[in-house]
Amino acid sequence: MNDMSPAPTIAHNGTDAEARPVFREERRILGLAASTWPGIIAPVVIGIVMLCAWEALVRIKGIPSYILPGPLLIAQTLIADWGTLSEALLITLRITFAALFAAVTVGVALAIIFTQSKWLEKSLFPYAVILQVTPIVAIAPLIIIWVGDIKLSLLICAWIVAFFPILSNTIIGLNSADHNLINLFQLYGASRWQTLRYLRMPAALPFFLAGLKISGGLALIGAVVAEFVAGSGGSASGLAYRILESGYQLRIPRMFAALLLISLSGIAIFFVTSVIAHLALRRWHESAVVREN
Amino acid sequence: MSTSPVSTSTVAGTGAPPAAGGRPLVLIRDVSKLFSNGTLAIRGVNLDIAAGEFLSLLGPSGCGKSTLLRIIAGLGAPTAGTVSWPTSTHDASGRAQRQLGFVFQDATLMPWANVMRNVMLPLTLAREAKAEAAPRAAEMIELVGLKGFEKAYPRELSGGMRMRVSIARALVTRPRILLMDEPFAALDEITRHKLNDDLLALWWQQRFTVVFVTHSVFESVYLSQRIVVMAARPGRIMADFAVDAPYPRDSLFRTSADYGRICRVASEALARAIAA
Repeated sequence: MNDMSPAPTIAHNGTDAEARPVFREERRILGLAASTWPGIIAPVVIGIVMLCAWEALVRIKGIPSYILPGPLLIAQTLIADWGTLSEALLITLRITFAALFAAVTVGVALAIIFTQSKWLEKSLFPYAVILQVTPIVAIAPLIIIWVGDIKLSLLICAWIVAFFPILSNTIIGLNSADHNLINLFQLYGASRWQTLRYLRMPAALPFFLAGLKISGGLALIGAVVAEFVAGSGGSASGLAYRILESGYQLRIPRMFAALLLISLSGIAIFFVTSVIAHLALRRWHESAVVREN
Repeated sequence: MSTSPVSTSTVAGTGAPPAAGGRPLVLIRDVSKLFSNGTLAIRGVNLDIAAGEFLSLLGPSGCGKSTLLRIIAGLGAPTAGTVSWPTSTHDASGRAQRQLGFVFQDATLMPWANVMRNVMLPLTLAREAKAEAAPRAAEMIELVGLKGFEKAYPRELSGGMRMRVSIARALVTRPRILLMDEPFAALDEITRHKLNDDLLALWWQQRFTVVFVTHSVFESVYLSQRIVVMAARPGRIMADFAVDAPYPRDSLFRTSADYGRICRVASEALARAIAA
């Protein structure tokens, strides 16, 4: 037993060390944990089956390509029109990421300012809500008229759609720091900045990243919708403009190819933001840690 | 340590409060706390805390013992009365440099920081250079028996180990007084006993003052030199007695007749406090 000598040292053979949660090292295949593969393979198989069925349906029923093109034709069109489409993709992505970057910067900055001053939050937050709830389609024409420059107005539209989730999530996150930890920081006489830097910002990180995942998709949607509104007047012809154009010209396979690119971009953005969130949180947050029961 | 010297014989011999001659570390005078919802948490509390003593605040839930502890810590001012630190230096604005460590009921660690960075926090907030802070934190981590876990994150640790990290963080500034708010209440009995022993060993070795809030008679008797029993509605002090048993205490003490006798005295005092 633990009898205390005059200069006691604490033996570390206690029961509490053995009661640690156990983390399993998983087998890895191609760099991914073995258990994640079924989650990848299953949807891929479903996708292939659906595409085959689609192709079969189009061929057997003889559906004309201006009503519903088959997946093979869409793939061919994608390759044939890659020059135009890739250019459009690049333009759309550029607007999307610029809007997302602006959303992150402005959203986080506003969130920090709001949590530092309750009055500022109370006076300004309602306007952020108004900006959020007004349909972007309804204000896009105004923005395009006011701003003049098409690219900039598209950017502003996409930003308006994307920034709110980041703002509201980050505000919740900054306010969700453990109350006892806040007390502890008070005890040690932490400054406002120290409390923000060492406590509120890390506590807000999971919330911010959840917001980022949503905003990533929204920035793309915002960019596409705004471009639809800007319509043929656009000198910046992104994917949405190509879809409109293909619609007018009844080049439906190309319309589908552009649509495919938009979807793939959305998936890629979601994937990238998810990976960022996972990497940032895997050591400590419940949402990202794999645990065995 | 800057604690006033406490003669070992006093502590080891009788277990009586050791600072009979010296000035108390903390003077609590007529302290009351009225919360804004109208609850009178504590009323008219008078208490002297001697330097180097191990004092437990024992009482039923709602008796204001945690409130009193937080007032001592400076978390929330008392509605009436004063808390003074006669032996502490005061800063330019006249506020006492309390030099205290605080341990909450749950470990209250930063989940995003590893053990090392959690323990270093008080030094980081005091803007100490990392080169100085890191060795001190490492030393403290070793002292609480967590050497080798510096890089571990809180969620990778058991409840008992997290509490050890919390204690290391509280002690890393070498405080004169350690305030503990039911720190082991959420732990299983085996872990609790081990942490009790290790806390006593640390106290024995480092000579800080401890104010330990608990609702467990057995824990308070095992640990303390002095037990202050509080009653609820409103929170007030009902009894204040010395635990007359020598240190070091160990598992033999836990099963001794003396321990049983003192526990009975404390239980009766607590029962009276609950009935009051």
